[in-house]
Amino acid sequence: MNNIVLLPIIIPLITGMIMVIFRKNIRFQRAFSVFAILATGGVSVFLMAQIRTKGIQTLQLGGWQAPFGISMVADMFSALLLLTTSFVSLCCLLFAFRSIGKEREASYFYPMFLFLITGVNGSFLTGDLFNLYVCFEVMLISSYVLISLGGTKKQLRESIKYVLTNIVSSFLFLVAIAYLYAMTGTLNLAHLSVRIAEAGQDGLMTTVAILFLIVFSMKAALFLFFWLPGSYSAPPTAIAALFAGLLTKVGIYALFRMFTLVFYHEPQITHLIIGVLGALTMLLGAIGAIAYWDIKKILTYNVMVGVGFIMAGLASFTPVAMAGSISYLIHDMIIKALIFLIGGTMIHLTGTSKLKEISGLIGTHSYLGWMFFIAALSLSGIPPLSGFLGKVFITQGTFETGYYWLGAMGLITSLMVLFSIMKIFMNGFWGETYLSQEMEKGTTKGLMFPIGLLTVATIALGVGAEGIFEYVNLAAESLMNPKLYIEAVFRGNVMP
Amino acid sequence: METLMSILVGLLFSIGTYLILSKNLLRIVLGASIISHGVNLLILTMGGLKKGGLPLLGENNLSYTDALPQALILTAIVINFAVTALFLVLCYRTYQVVGTDDSEQLRGNEDE
Repeated sequence: MNNIVLLPIIIPLITGMIMVIFRKNIRFQRAFSVFAILATGGVSVFLMAQIRTKGIQTLQLGGWQAPFGISMVADMFSALLLLTTSFVSLCCLLFAFRSIGKEREASYFYPMFLFLITGVNGSFLTGDLFNLYVCFEVMLISSYVLISLGGTKKQLRESIKYVLTNIVSSFLFLVAIAYLYAMTGTLNLAHLSVRIAEAGQDGLMTTVAILFLIVFSMKAALFLFFWLPGSYSAPPTAIAALFAGLLTKVGIYALFRMFTLVFYHEPQITHLIIGVLGALTMLLGAIGAIAYWDIKKILTYNVMVGVGFIMAGLASFTPVAMAGSISYLIHDMIIKALIFLIGGTMIHLTGTSKLKEISGLIGTHSYLGWMFFIAALSLSGIPPLSGFLGKVFITQGTFETGYYWLGAMGLITSLMVLFSIMKIFMNGFWGETYLSQEMEKGTTKGLMFPIGLLTVATIALGVGAEGIFEYVNLAAESLMNPKLYIEAVFRGNVMP
Repeated sequence: METLMSILVGLLFSIGTYLILSKNLLRIVLGASIISHGVNLLILTMGGLKKGGLPLLGENNLSYTDALPQALILTAIVINFAVTALFLVLCYRTYQVVGTDDSEQLRGNEDE
């Protein structure tokens, strides 16, 4: 029992609720939300230290022992994601101070931001399937509000599609939960794992597993990504960067949890399907990224390539690939937020997202240009930046399992990603400078700090990979070994 | 009884799907709402219907009705209520701003 496990959910929830009261006082809201996110980050560092020395930390809510109560479980995988979430959301928040505008700030932007973090952290920490649904909904409802906040024509139009897609996938989630409950009689993840291991994963169970795969694929934009390009290009930059960094990653987390802890008995069916979907996502995402000449579109299609590549690690299902996936997931959260913020700054400066109308930004904004260059290299996995290590291990994992086509697809698409992102660099930053400083539509004042923070993080993750890799290995070990999770939840109690 | 419920759930799902696939925004909201009722009934059916007595300690029953699906449905109803309310407001606002409730017109164009 460890009450600290609950803090990453409680802190943003309570601060968000307090901030609803002080609607008019924007300076207070800003300071308070930064404080809340820093506190959450501090707690997750503390949790990581505890997990490293004492193993997986759990909390049984209300003292009801598993499987009767709701368990909260923090293993190294969730703690790493918690820390990255806090960092990425801090950067998006700092970016929002200067760019989001007074109107949105006065219409509950900061409380909604923190409720979104509550849902994300809750999804990472919960050990109960229905609670996962509830946390997903907390996150999604805040995201519905954030995506439509401001109420421009484009935002409203895209948010209707986004909301409807997510409502339908939530229904499918409930249907899958109902089927699983009928077959196993429990919803505690650890207990589910035990029951399915005892009864064996027969054809019917695999069908339910595929239903879960569909649900989480829709949330993670794994192959079912039709909703993503429209909805991620509608909201303002700070919100789009937050979505790109966090929202799809929660779906990825859920896929990892379900297919390493519960449905891991038939990898030649379920994990092969994940691999095929991952390969298709990478290919289609990369084609989209190359085809478009619009900054926002190129960046949103790059989100999908990342998702597909992380899933290649899950599909190969070896310890090496798993460690690669985890480190690539952390890298992807940071780098997607970074390129969205830089892309958004470019649009903010020039007033257009069409690449053909932008040229020579490096003449007036050299720091922005070089940071974009670093981000571009890191995105395609060039050493010594953060994407390299994950890419090596995932590729090695796919080769170990014999999925050569999957590894090859990953490498081919990283070249396509490099091409698509260099297209932005060459067209946007090189060339003749059209815009002088006076003619620009906005300034970079205050926007460079969060971008710089994220750039430093991607360099540090690459150079200091040795230090981080110990934690990543611990996370991969607990993912590949469901017994650790089950023992931590039950602590020697009798299983009914 | 379970068979009857399954048929009912299937019926609700098909009506909901039909409504969601129509063009009118209000019909889409109603369709989502009808599917949510179907899902709730499905959870109830999956917990098993008519087995044993009340789930109370101290009652002299040999077997109890499973109370968990009902707790799940309660939560699901609350969440669906909130989402449907938000969705309705969003549709109304879109109708006001964009000036149409036809989903065909909501595609957008290249020049924005």
